[in-house]
Amino acid sequence: MKQTSFFKKLRRSQIFWPLVAWVLILIFDAIVEPGFFRLGIIEDPAYGKHLYGNLVDVFNNGAPLMLVAIGMTLVIATGGVDLSVGAVIAISAAMGAVLINPALGNELITNEILTRNATNTPLPLIVLAGLAAGTVCGLWNGLLVSRVGIQPMVATLILMVAGRGIAQLITNGQIMTIYYTPYFWFGNGYILGLPVSIYIVAGVLLLAWLLVRKTAIGLFIESVGINAKSTYYSGINEKNVKLLAYAFCGFCGAIAGLILSSYVHSADGNNNGLNYELDAILAVVMGGTLMTGGRFSLFASVIGALVIWTFTVTVYSLGVPANALLAAKAVLVLLVILLYSDYSRRLMNRLFERRGSQHDTAN
Amino acid sequence: MNEPIDVVRMLDITKSFPGVVALEDVEFTLRKGEIHALVGENGAGKSTLIKVLTGVEQPDHGTIQLEGQVVQVRSPQHSQELGISTVYQEVNLCTNISVAENIMLGREPRRFGSIHWPKMNEQARNAINRLSIDVDVTQPLGNYSVAIQQMVAITRALEILSAKVLILDEPTSSLDIHETNLLFDVMRKLKNESIGIIFITHFLDQVYQIADRITVLRNGKLVGTYEASSLSRVELVAKMLGRSLTELDAIARVKSHEKDTEEKQQLVEAKGLGLAGSLEPVDLELYANDVLGVAGLLGSGRTEMAGLVFGIDAPDSGSLVVEGEKVSKFSPLESLKRGIALCPEDRKAEGIVGDLTVRENIILALQARYGWLKFLSPQRQNEIADRYIELLGIVTPSAEQLVRNLSGGNQQKVILARWLATNPKVLILDEPTRGVDVGAKTEIQKLVMELAEEGKSCVFISSELEEVVRVSDRVAVLRDRKKVAEYAGDVDDKTLIQAMAGEA
Repeated sequence: MKQTSFFKKLRRSQIFWPLVAWVLILIFDAIVEPGFFRLGIIEDPAYGKHLYGNLVDVFNNGAPLMLVAIGMTLVIATGGVDLSVGAVIAISAAMGAVLINPALGNELITNEILTRNATNTPLPLIVLAGLAAGTVCGLWNGLLVSRVGIQPMVATLILMVAGRGIAQLITNGQIMTIYYTPYFWFGNGYILGLPVSIYIVAGVLLLAWLLVRKTAIGLFIESVGINAKSTYYSGINEKNVKLLAYAFCGFCGAIAGLILSSYVHSADGNNNGLNYELDAILAVVMGGTLMTGGRFSLFASVIGALVIWTFTVTVYSLGVPANALLAAKAVLVLLVILLYSDYSRRLMNRLFERRGSQHDTAN
Repeated sequence: MNEPIDVVRMLDITKSFPGVVALEDVEFTLRKGEIHALVGENGAGKSTLIKVLTGVEQPDHGTIQLEGQVVQVRSPQHSQELGISTVYQEVNLCTNISVAENIMLGREPRRFGSIHWPKMNEQARNAINRLSIDVDVTQPLGNYSVAIQQMVAITRALEILSAKVLILDEPTSSLDIHETNLLFDVMRKLKNESIGIIFITHFLDQVYQIADRITVLRNGKLVGTYEASSLSRVELVAKMLGRSLTELDAIARVKSHEKDTEEKQQLVEAKGLGLAGSLEPVDLELYANDVLGVAGLLGSGRTEMAGLVFGIDAPDSGSLVVEGEKVSKFSPLESLKRGIALCPEDRKAEGIVGDLTVRENIILALQARYGWLKFLSPQRQNEIADRYIELLGIVTPSAEQLVRNLSGGNQQKVILARWLATNPKVLILDEPTRGVDVGAKTEIQKLVMELAEEGKSCVFISSELEEVVRVSDRVAVLRDRKKVAEYAGDVDDKTLIQAMAGEA
């Protein structure tokens, strides 16, 4: 009986549906690709012993998306959307690469200098500058939305387009390869056998959770997303609430940018974080947060991101070529939309309710 | 027997929602060419009955007969096809498209597959002329007042020419006297065209003014259907409340007249406070232990005045002094910190946050004052919510219920609770009893007077003069965005009406 009520609670929670989707994909993997869950320990010359396997890859490669999804959740919960996160990723990546560049002043950047595996900027400063750049981008979006009153989609579209240009300006139009081993740690390193990026995601998730659930920010964000006018009339500065959500989203994008550039050893204004905004929106929607704003769950969004990456890794491991991935993703999107439609929800609820009541009468 | 005179006959209608039985074996008949008032407190089941009749909800059991034929109303659209038109309580129109489009939506005349605009505007104009109101049908609906929007909604409902049944759900709650009378003229005309009209209202005056029969619901059950001429007003109220009237009489209040305003502590002083295009400069004093009633027709500037004092808009002239300090920053948050609270007129758009729980709605303003860092602990939140649910008698299954599931009167109480939790010195209530049933209405009135006794300064804005006079120590009258008069509390309705109408 107790289990039933636990199950009921779980089913009502926002995490339930994305979790179901994830489990379905995992079951599919277990049947089709028996080796999917195989985990092993490998000795890495640079990072020592660590775990490897498809699941580790899902978490490691999915980390940037999970981070972006966390930020995006707050923005969408206020009733907005941030289309610029992909560009923000590119900007923070470019920022990191440029600061690492050991060429001094007007010194010509030569291959010899670039490959020196050294930098003139201390690593913490590089990281801080990247994070600051992303946060400033987020603030810019937030100001446009909350103070100037531009519709979120239009306001963030500006940076979505301009951001990649800015990233290229920072790197002087080049794709910058990074040769600085300590920087690679974020995307490739391991702590206790697990990828560093997992710890970063866990840290940011914890931070975000503390921010929204242990302060009143979460309540304010939901309130703004449901009814901004009533919220304002209640004495809440709804503009600052929005500003904070966008700034935090930029911050999350910046961390994602650092991990991504560290992972691929380069900063490419045109391609870093390409289409991440769309994946992040999908992750949030999959997590059950309405695009119109209101109630949200950070965990559900993170699971949504996991679903997307598990799906991606699955598709690859089935031998589907990379250029067919987008088509496969389209199928996923379609399935999600169908699953989340009112119609199928009602159907599912009826199914569960009936079974639940039968169970109750049986007892 | 020849053709049945009952156009609608609803038998044994039962409808339950999770946790509540909204209707239980309710019977309702509507004759051809009658105006039938449907009355009851909030939560009595009026809205649900209408929803069942219009196909929004399907009854659990029971039958609906339309002109003697058993029908199953599958959807709102189906009900329109059957000849049942509805105007709902809240204006459900699109403010960003033209009046004509709103009226004709879904039935636009077409030419070559696209909308025939001149014809559409012409038809809309003809339709709206039926109500004899002055409206340019090509203008966006949002350019007009709520009252006009309401009239457009009614026009839209009338537009279905084959309508046999017209349902008016609180149509007059945002209309002034003149507009109400206009509507009544139209209703009488339609009645003579042998259309059956279901009229839902909280204004008992209007029930007796226009209704032929009255059906009373209480707690989802039918109390009875009566000829309006054979049921006294006192009996009606008693049937609606299901209790004796002593409680109602008991609130004839001993006003604090012993205390002159000069002895009372002044909390707020506005001098020439105004905003171009919104409110002509007004002088206003608010005192502790005092209720200032504000009377005025729709659009007289009463809501704008409340908005300026509460800081929703910043004034461009005059000064506002709160407890000796001149106000320079205008915003709800600043007002909250100064101890000024406002329960806004438009409960749905400016008051409740529908998808938050009762608890969250109640603590919202208090939390806003504490700031986002000092988050009230779950225990504190529950304590506060439970205290006000009990204090104000908010009817809700639990504090975790979403506010949008509550009835109008209870939503109003939740907003009141939100502000009382911040312990304000000045409480401005803009139409706190609109769309609220008789029971909750007297409770709110009583509460306002009690709060004033406890030392608060209340501003009570209402369209109902009777309650303004009953509750207030002083009454300010606004007309055409100007304050035109202020009276002591024992002023009579007539004087107020004259001041409001401008025939001193």
